Amino acid sequence: MTWFFDNIDMIRELFVRHAWISVVSTVIGFVIALPVGWYANEHPRLRGVAVAIVGVLYTIPSIALFVLLPGILGTGFLSVINVIIALSIYAAAVMVRSAADGFGSVSPAVLDAASAAGYSRPQRVFRVELPLAGPVLLAGIRVVSVSTVSMLSVATLIGVSNLGSLFTDGFRRDFQTEIVVGILGIVVLALVLDALLVLAGRLLMPWTRGQKTVSRLRPLDDSVSKAVQAP
Amino acid sequence: MIEYRSIGKTFADGTEAVGDFSLVLPSRTTTVFVGSSGCGKTTLLRMVNRMVDPSKGQVLIDDVDIATRNKVELRRSIGYVMQHAGLLPHRTVIDNIGTVLRLNGASRDEARDRSLAILPTVGLDAKQADRYPSQLSGGQQQRVGVARGLVTDPNILLMDEPFGAVDPIVRDELQQELLRLQRELDKTIVFVTHDIDEAFLLGDQVVILRTGGVVAQVGTPADIIAHPADDFVRSFVGLDKGHRTLHVEEQDGVRVVVDGTGKATGVLES
Amino acid sequence: MSVVSDTVDWLTDSINHSGTDGIPNRLVEHLGYTAETIAIAGIIAIPIGLWIGHTGRFRGAAVALTGALRALPTLGLLTALALIVGIGLTAPLIALVLLAVPPLLAGAYAGVESVDRQTIDAARAMGMTELQILRKVEIPLALPIIVGGVRSGVLQVVATATVAAYVGLGGLGRYLIDGQAVSDYAQMAGGSVLVVLVALVLDGIFATLQRLATGRRPQKQTSPA
Repeated sequence: MTWFFDNIDMIRELFVRHAWISVVSTVIGFVIALPVGWYANEHPRLRGVAVAIVGVLYTIPSIALFVLLPGILGTGFLSVINVIIALSIYAAAVMVRSAADGFGSVSPAVLDAASAAGYSRPQRVFRVELPLAGPVLLAGIRVVSVSTVSMLSVATLIGVSNLGSLFTDGFRRDFQTEIVVGILGIVVLALVLDALLVLAGRLLMPWTRGQKTVSRLRPLDDSVSKAVQAP
Repeated sequence: MIEYRSIGKTFADGTEAVGDFSLVLPSRTTTVFVGSSGCGKTTLLRMVNRMVDPSKGQVLIDDVDIATRNKVELRRSIGYVMQHAGLLPHRTVIDNIGTVLRLNGASRDEARDRSLAILPTVGLDAKQADRYPSQLSGGQQQRVGVARGLVTDPNILLMDEPFGAVDPIVRDELQQELLRLQRELDKTIVFVTHDIDEAFLLGDQVVILRTGGVVAQVGTPADIIAHPADDFVRSFVGLDKGHRTLHVEEQDGVRVVVDGTGKATGVLES
Repeated sequence: MSVVSDTVDWLTDSINHSGTDGIPNRLVEHLGYTAETIAIAGIIAIPIGLWIGHTGRFRGAAVALTGALRALPTLGLLTALALIVGIGLTAPLIALVLLAVPPLLAGAYAGVESVDRQTIDAARAMGMTELQILRKVEIPLALPIIVGGVRSGVLQVVATATVAAYVGLGGLGRYLIDGQAVSDYAQMAGGSVLVVLVALVLDGIFATLQRLATGRRPQKQTSPA
């Protein structure tokens, strides 16, 4: 345990680095996936193509993508950019499905009512569809966040430092404690980010506070009236 | 003969489905349990093939307490038809019908032959035999369900709202088929429904139930209509709204039957 | 691009087509680890998953366990086990099996849970024993999802086995780790390309198997009477 306190600066630095790379990748993936998922839901034929592409991307092992991207994109090999791009691609791949499902879960009756109340198309998308798809989107981004934090650790093998570096360093030095610290750090980071996401969800979607888990999505009556009456 | 002796049933979560129920169901007749949701009718039905075991009391078939019989063997000897047919979606029609035969040890050929033989009885074509359930209409699926219940030639047939999920025209057909079947085959049928008209049509003995398995009235349809036991029965049967109180009016030499609300419902035959 | 041509050169170079470090051998090793892992993990996870799905017991524990194992960083698990157990194939294989268990377990119990309760009820009412219900009704109907779980597991293992080269495992991951050690990017890229191809081919095979499993029974539709 003394090792932990002796090296706490290094550990904190790795933790922060791991955090920002994970968060940036997750956010980029989310931002890409949202419109793609929305279009995929609107156009069922596109959905099939999107699911297929996303499926292929998801099949590619992450370490392979970390190695191949610099070659494909011409970016510097040890650059963090590669890793961020690769992780964003995975995040987007998983998120597209969530996004399509989320938008698909909004009741057509509600959309109809919104149009009838006088919402323009763009208003309806941002003020009705997006909020109501929220719970499913949140569930998706939580999954992506955890897996991104975990996946990043492998990038240490191509020289991008993060909490995973504690694994390689610990292994080389035959020092188990270091590895355990690395695992704990990743788990803690994943839990913290998850808690933040849940909190954000509760703040942004006050109408879902009463519900326990989102297994099946049914917009509550007051969410409909709130969304429809406040253009 | 089926006998319920002081049957009670309380489920694990505390709901008392049946308080104290006793009744004799004579052999070779159709007894219909009818009532609204929660009256315990399905629970009582499912006690006969031990899908539900009573908390107290006994169910006897031909004077033998079925609690002493092996569940699996008991179920293989009783036909059971449920609301959405409960067909195995990954087996063909003919395989579905023959399932219990195979469970009882019949060979594939024997099961197939006997299953094919029963198709006309339920009004199905041999052409349907090798189709899958999803390729059949709702009414046809129900017929397969009935065939499956009958193919082992059981003495007892349990039917749990079997015609509830099909449209009214198909339901009529299926009800008439059942009546015809019963005339031909003379089984002991226990039938559950929430529809009093269906109960009156099909039942030799009708049991009207209130919540908790409490018997409001038992009797033949005619008994119940002529002598309703109390206001609950009167209301449940529809005697209070005037649809069943009929009188005759003369219209150009034809005797028209008119109900209590003034609606013309039929014509009196000479 | 020279990087691409370098990689192509490496892939087609005859030196790389024979011997322990040759592509065919590494490929066979990699597939071997995958098969062995899935077999072991399958024997453990699938029966338990089927039982959980059939009885409904311990489902909460199963979900928590699969969630926890999924969140575990693979490299951390590999290095930790390698230090505890020592050099050799045992440590990586234990790690691989642990990481393959969640998708197989989840596939099994989710598959059984997806079977219509009414169909199971009817089967029980007809007089099938619990084991017969499992064998004749639940498993056949759960098969697409179970196969889906195996598919997930296979991809997981292919990816993790690649990383496991870091703690001494053979297979295609060797090209990535060894290539990194001598800054031979062509080798790393070549190995990565091979890994991707293996993943895509296996995924395609399992996708087909999944489709076959679904096709044995038509999808549930309610047609008008």
